[in-house]
Amino acid sequence: MIRNQKDFGAGILYIVLGAIGWYIARDYGMGQASRMGPGYFPTVLSVLLIAFGVAAVIRSFVGKEGEKVGNFNWKGVLYICGAVALFGLLLIPAGLIIALIVLSIVSAAASHYFKFEWKAVGALFILVVFCALVFAKGLGVPMPLLGTWFGG
Amino acid sequence: MELLGNLWIGAQTAFTLWNLFYCLLGCFLGTAIGVLPGLGPTATIAMLLPITFGLPPVSALIMLSGIYYGAQYGGSTTAILVNLPGESSSVVTALDGYQLARQGHAGRALAIAAIGSFFAGTVCTLLIALFAPPLAEVALKFGPAEYFSLMVLGLVASIVLASGSLLHALGMIVLGLLLGLVGTDVNSGTARYSFGIPELADGISFVTVAMGIFGLGEIIANLAHEQTRSVMMKKVTGLMPTWADLKLTFPAMVRGTSLGAVLGILPGGGAMLASFSAYALEKKVSKNSANFGKGAIEGVAAPEAANNAGSQTSFIPMLTLGIPSNPVMALMIGAMIIQGIQPGPSVMTEQPALFWGIVVSMWVGNVMLLILNLPLIGLWVKMIAVPYHYLFPAILVFCAIGTFSLSNSTFDVYLMAVFGLLGYIFHKFGCEPAPMMLGFILGPMMEEFLRRALLLSKGDPMILVTRPISAVMLGLAVVLLIMVLTPALRKKREEAFAEEAD
Repeated sequence: MIRNQKDFGAGILYIVLGAIGWYIARDYGMGQASRMGPGYFPTVLSVLLIAFGVAAVIRSFVGKEGEKVGNFNWKGVLYICGAVALFGLLLIPAGLIIALIVLSIVSAAASHYFKFEWKAVGALFILVVFCALVFAKGLGVPMPLLGTWFGG
Repeated sequence: MELLGNLWIGAQTAFTLWNLFYCLLGCFLGTAIGVLPGLGPTATIAMLLPITFGLPPVSALIMLSGIYYGAQYGGSTTAILVNLPGESSSVVTALDGYQLARQGHAGRALAIAAIGSFFAGTVCTLLIALFAPPLAEVALKFGPAEYFSLMVLGLVASIVLASGSLLHALGMIVLGLLLGLVGTDVNSGTARYSFGIPELADGISFVTVAMGIFGLGEIIANLAHEQTRSVMMKKVTGLMPTWADLKLTFPAMVRGTSLGAVLGILPGGGAMLASFSAYALEKKVSKNSANFGKGAIEGVAAPEAANNAGSQTSFIPMLTLGIPSNPVMALMIGAMIIQGIQPGPSVMTEQPALFWGIVVSMWVGNVMLLILNLPLIGLWVKMIAVPYHYLFPAILVFCAIGTFSLSNSTFDVYLMAVFGLLGYIFHKFGCEPAPMMLGFILGPMMEEFLRRALLLSKGDPMILVTRPISAVMLGLAVVLLIMVLTPALRKKREEAFAEEAD
């Protein structure tokens, strides 16, 4: 039985990432110690990471009882990461104003307290105007206020 | 006196009208964002970093330093008023600070925290001015072998100081080192781990990783147990400290400052360990130790002094060696590189105005915080009272625009989303992200120095132990590693961290 879920999960994470690292690094030249190739460091590190992963998995079975990992906040991950990705997608074609509105509303939907409020609409308006003025106009970050869809 | 001459050079830079303004702006913004619960200094600096891109190098670094101690100071304010420490190093401040606030003494606690921080900041600025020049002189003699060994020592020390499991600290460091390798290999031109994506061939930006993990990841974690919170105080009074309080807390401040100054130089959890151990020490030596946890004013003074001392002295390795001791310093190094300054011991000799300007501005920043925070406390209380569900979409907006502006590419925005997910997974599995960030920034440097060392010695790894400074550092690293693995000491370390967690 897994006695420590956190150790087990972290161990698997290390093993998977280490294995990917090692697999890709096979194509890079190892070289010799005097002239290390690009693959030398990545291979050593990947193997180390796998080793720590194995150790963590073993410890999760024989070690002390640990805390449970608990529910995974799928909704949070989906809305937060999704909102940020949508911002990236929309920024150039739709422009900063729409991208910001989408980012704010989609991410806010991750909260239990998400509902329509005039106060929130006002806050969003101020936020968008602030960002447009400070970042796009003031600091000159090259973001179109209205994107290519609107001929911007 | 050379010291006075140096400080005079610094004063000429720090006291120009614009630099004073940027210092004030940095302190103000840092505190404003630092008081928001759930946003630590790392996320705050990462978020605000893009604002400084357009400034001259000195002003940018002065403003960033201001943001750093402002954020830390803001974190303590939140810890005292709502028992929600914004970052790990103000956890212990919340213990007694919040109790004092509940008893109606919020003003006293805030004033003593401010004075403790100021005292520590002043002492440690002097320490930096005294010890940075000789250290940089030694560092100028360092070759690649010494640098490599120093980084090994730094990483080992950060393992010892990391809270929680040793195994995870090791795992996260290696993971960070590996992530740091993404990008084009300097020596061979091979694009490593780039998956054929041109943006990845330039490597992953540290800022993107920091915002993803400390910004997005934390938000997702916070949303899982969302709750409304109430601010204790609508009005904070009694901000003028009494003589009795000052007399009572002065020894605690001195002890906290000395402990913090030493621990801050060490890599890893310097500032956090500093405040924890200062609290523990105070509890042991204080005459009214029974009162600790129930609202002892010394229990606020000591960790606050230690915390600020630690954050101040953590600048020493960054400024003299170009090596970061914590994620915040890694961001500072990133900012220097963006400004076209190669961090390292030569900064002091080649750009004395920049170096000493930053040092003097640290003290100026501490004065400003003292003057700024007490009268503005009403504003901070209002900031804390903003509900989280209003706050986090705004944080995301700043993170998204900030990452985009790094290289004006939406790719970084997607990458930040990926690191947000990874950050949340780390949170779930109890993996500390700070050691990973250290590994991430040190990885490419270590590889480069090791390769150069071995190139010089024609492949003989003995170069690492035949050069005396390098040998001493590697020896220290081995001793540390053995100490931390010895069962008896390991138990002691676990006990120490367990006591702190209570």
